[in-house]
Amino acid sequence: MKIHEYQAKQLFRQYGIKTPEGILASSEEEAIKASEKTNFPCVIKAQVHSGARGKAGGIKLAKNIDELKTFSSQIIGMELKSVQTGAESKKVRKVLIEQGIDISKELYLSITLDRASEAAVIIASTEGGMDIEKVASETPEKIIKEHINPVFGIQDYNLKNIAYALDVENKKDFCILLKNLYKLFIDKDCSLVEINPLVITKQNELIALDAKINFDDNALFKHPDIVEMRDPDEENPLEVEASKYSLNYIKLDGTIGCMVNGAGLAMTTMDIIKLAGFEPANFLDVGGGASSENIENAFKLLLKDKNVKAVFINIFGGILRCDVLAEGIKHAISKLDITIPIIVRMEGTNKEQGAEILKTSGLKFSVANNLNEAIILLKNLKTTVH
Amino acid sequence: MTIFLNKNTKIIVQGITGKEGSFHTEKCLEYGTKIVGGVTPGKEGLTILNLPVFNTVKNAAQALSPDASLIFVPPKFAKDAIMEAADAGIKLIVCITEGIPVLDMLSAKKYVKEKGARLIGPNCPGIISPEEAKMGIMPGHIHKKGPVGIISRSGTLTYEAVYQLTQLGIGQSTCVGIGGDPIIGTTFIDCLAAFEKDSETKAICMVGEIGGSAEEEAAEFIRQNVTKPVVSFIAGMSAPPGKRMGHAGAIISGGKGTAQSKTAVLEKCGITVCKNPAELGITIKSVMK
Repeated sequence: MKIHEYQAKQLFRQYGIKTPEGILASSEEEAIKASEKTNFPCVIKAQVHSGARGKAGGIKLAKNIDELKTFSSQIIGMELKSVQTGAESKKVRKVLIEQGIDISKELYLSITLDRASEAAVIIASTEGGMDIEKVASETPEKIIKEHINPVFGIQDYNLKNIAYALDVENKKDFCILLKNLYKLFIDKDCSLVEINPLVITKQNELIALDAKINFDDNALFKHPDIVEMRDPDEENPLEVEASKYSLNYIKLDGTIGCMVNGAGLAMTTMDIIKLAGFEPANFLDVGGGASSENIENAFKLLLKDKNVKAVFINIFGGILRCDVLAEGIKHAISKLDITIPIIVRMEGTNKEQGAEILKTSGLKFSVANNLNEAIILLKNLKTTVH
Repeated sequence: MTIFLNKNTKIIVQGITGKEGSFHTEKCLEYGTKIVGGVTPGKEGLTILNLPVFNTVKNAAQALSPDASLIFVPPKFAKDAIMEAADAGIKLIVCITEGIPVLDMLSAKKYVKEKGARLIGPNCPGIISPEEAKMGIMPGHIHKKGPVGIISRSGTLTYEAVYQLTQLGIGQSTCVGIGGDPIIGTTFIDCLAAFEKDSETKAICMVGEIGGSAEEEAAEFIRQNVTKPVVSFIAGMSAPPGKRMGHAGAIISGGKGTAQSKTAVLEKCGITVCKNPAELGITIKSVMK
């Protein structure tokens, strides 16, 4: 789960990490009011779940009230499209108005999970304010890494290793900040905390100019305070609806909707659609133990995507029995007026009963007996779909 | 032979009285698996499916001296359940649970290692040695005893691979679902090493997916250490970056962990990569000679 910069900064302050004075605004009037407290120059920052907002025109420095008016009216309501949002743009609903800071040095600091070494890793660099992936690929020697033993937690030497490698002047303050950042990472089950840049001011203070925090979805049950920060405006409405039915759905750009049990097979089904010359409209995993009601909900959800021109249902019945699946499809289709082609491929537990239910339903399906047949049926759609 | 699990493996089930736990315990018993008891706190003295239930793994271990434990507890309690099993001296721990916080797994895995136990999973279908024992949630009847070892990060996709092989009359020695989480107990490399040593395994099928670098590390291991033919399939060729594709570990982040880059590394290490999932079975058949 992602949160906004202003929310991440709230958490930073709770953990004793300094941020610039900032006020949230959702209109030009609010922005003007906010600037009375922050003074000029101030920075107007679009609050959307995306990095690279500056390049996308979502961050501007205002030197006076006129600039503030111009920029805030430009940014609030804009459709922000950055390298990270992809083809989809994000509507800016709120901006953060922050006081300007006298910067003497910009650093990069983050903590994330290193899957390969199975530990949290601190990543730091003197190249703050830059695209860190670019720094890592072009000048890997400028990336400092420190792994933290998950059982013993962060030690003073870990902090010192980073502080000396960065050669910061105020080492003591830096170590306190890093220790607090690690505490936040662990306390809230984060998957990423990132400060880019962490600035050293002319007064030699350490300030988190930006803030990014992502959380481990699996751990959200421990953190109701974090769940409250969720902003449904930032999520795809179909994905929000899917999560209500405990379906794992991701909207994509293609025309063939698919419904599958199990994440690996769901990804593979998308690959099959691509092999057949189409693009998948979604990823949809109905889960191992889906009920016929789940299947019905999943089916309805699929069809809400108006790009969907055909549906491919690919189920390998293990825990989910094929007869349960067939009942769900039958109910969903009989209630909805469906005119688009449907291809069903079922295998595994109670396959015969499932096939019988579909056959006697009086509804029109194309049935594939294996994946190769499914590919052929999909290829045949070429004449009807497009 | 088989790896990790055979018909003599004595197993207990943690969470045996739960809905999932009892349902799958019954299926495992039907398959002929030697399940000897279970654990649910507060239910000691009861029997379920004619098996004794204990309050703690320690009590179950004292009474039954099991070799292995199969875990079906909710994510909230899974870290504790894994550590409890390891602490009681259980040497094979299979955790089916999906949705365990990753920080919980970091310390649980360290603990299991320290105790010298093997953890399979979490977020996995479990392990099956066909016609001997089934320790997990896979449909037993699609499997057949034979020469192919299977290792996979996915559940239903593994069934797909198994089914295609069985249809072709080719059986499996052991199928290990290693799990779809970022942190898992047993890796591709652990299984590859075991299959390489197992005299009855003649070929290995490795089913990977996007995210992380486990396939790349496995590729390098195969190049240096595995003499048996390996066929690989990587799910997620069409997956977009930055989106978690169902499994917590299946995410392309910072341009890394794509199916294309994994395929390239595997092929560079001389491994046959099957690009069409419908042809997984025949591809394995073709390398077996």
